[in-house]
Amino acid sequence: MSASLRELRGSVAVAGVAIFGCGEAHGYTEMEVLARAAHGAVADAGLKLTDIDGLCTASVGATMWPMPVAEYLGIRPTFINGTMLGGSSFVAHLLSALLALQAHQCNAVLVCYGSTQRTAQFGRKEVEAGRKFVDPQPYEHPYAPMLPLSAYALAASRHMHQYGTTRRHLAEVAVAARAWAAKNPEAFMRDALTIEDVLDSRMISDPLTVRDACLVTDGGGAYVLVRAERARELPKKAVYVLGNGTALWHRQISSMPDLTVTAATQSGRAAYQMAGMTAKDIDVVQLYDAFTINTLLFLEDLGFCRKGEAGAFVENGGIAPGGRLPVNTNGGGLSCTHPGMYGVFTMIEAVRQLRGECGERQVAGARTAIAHGNGGTLSSQSTAILGTDDVL
Amino acid sequence: MNQPKTDKSSGGVQAAYHALLASGRFMIQRCADCRRPVFYPREVCPHCGGIRLEWTQPCGEGTVYAVTTVRRKADAGGAYNVSLIDLDEGVRLMSRVEGLAVDDVRTGQRVRARVVVSNGVGLVVFDPLDSKGPTT
Repeated sequence: MSASLRELRGSVAVAGVAIFGCGEAHGYTEMEVLARAAHGAVADAGLKLTDIDGLCTASVGATMWPMPVAEYLGIRPTFINGTMLGGSSFVAHLLSALLALQAHQCNAVLVCYGSTQRTAQFGRKEVEAGRKFVDPQPYEHPYAPMLPLSAYALAASRHMHQYGTTRRHLAEVAVAARAWAAKNPEAFMRDALTIEDVLDSRMISDPLTVRDACLVTDGGGAYVLVRAERARELPKKAVYVLGNGTALWHRQISSMPDLTVTAATQSGRAAYQMAGMTAKDIDVVQLYDAFTINTLLFLEDLGFCRKGEAGAFVENGGIAPGGRLPVNTNGGGLSCTHPGMYGVFTMIEAVRQLRGECGERQVAGARTAIAHGNGGTLSSQSTAILGTDDVL
Repeated sequence: MNQPKTDKSSGGVQAAYHALLASGRFMIQRCADCRRPVFYPREVCPHCGGIRLEWTQPCGEGTVYAVTTVRRKADAGGAYNVSLIDLDEGVRLMSRVEGLAVDDVRTGQRVRARVVVSNGVGLVVFDPLDSKGPTT
């Protein structure tokens, strides 16, 4: 970590956030969902789309996605980042946007995403089928793993073998997410869920059941970044970017060196160093929970507990409302929303918590938050640390 | 040390690997510079960046590193195993363990590679080694 990144701690802030069409967005295209989320975030920041001169975006399907987005929104960005690392992308875009803002390459960056994978004619199944041709994995596909789920199932199996983690521990993660979702009127699944419900649900790829897997929803999300001094003049309470780090260790699960240790160890270390913080300093935690094992791995790799001890950490409602650590307070990808890539929603919920906008699920006095994105098959990891002006 | 043709006329190492598999031979690579084993086949060594990768025949034995069972419906062919196998040479690959009920495949199990050739396409699968333990 260079001294200069540390000096940039808190130099940029999130000024606006919005979601749109989460759940089912019948009759909408993914661009329309994205555009409504983008407009909402810009309005939340007290700005207009014509003020936006930086654009970060990525799509599950379109490889040249910044082009149609810029065209559709009518912006001519001087800073563009279309880096596609899977679901972590919208956290990973943060540091490059911060640097561009500090260099005055641009003045207001829009990070945005939209998907209609649940309701679209060309949805998740079609994208997955097409991926075998445009993104071949010739040393895995012949064995027909159910990707991405089977990759996470392999990681879960190894964690169970190595550390005695149980299916009940995994179920605790799903139940905690549902309990938070019950407090969030925007969450997609809010009905009661018990450990037994999860254990008895349909097995997809052992040890992961349908209730260990994220939702398949539509939805868009966006946030707006400006330099800190400008954020203080805008209507909403500024939420400062204290640190961000991104790491990428593999693409295919068979190339992951140790299935119980993710690149979040590296991204987290970089983010903590930039922020000058450790896990003990974090009040509220948003982790990309594509599958229940993710939450356990990231709790360990981001330092909230020791390696192998996340199962015990989440026992007895450890990360549920009223537990030892508030994790995925919107209900997460498991119960709130998961439109193909969830990373942007970890940022949005972290910002809302730090603004104190979360109603029944608000974590009292939250001043610091982690938003952690995951992409591919535990492949890319990006960690952001955000804070209020109390911790600048 | 076998050294199949890797000149331009034979294409890249992925094509060479699959041609070897189709002839019933399972080969991995070893870097002539850093001496480390490499799988999957690459044109450059992911350990040292070198380009002198040679084909080498693994002993064929390995250990199951992680296991899952894909619960495909019975009318679509039923459940099947997907495993990650650590070869004794020190590389890992995705494969499946055959010759055991899917629920009996265990992490830590010793296995031996076998090449199945079907319609001109080779595939590496693994069979359990004798439960008495690995051969010397």
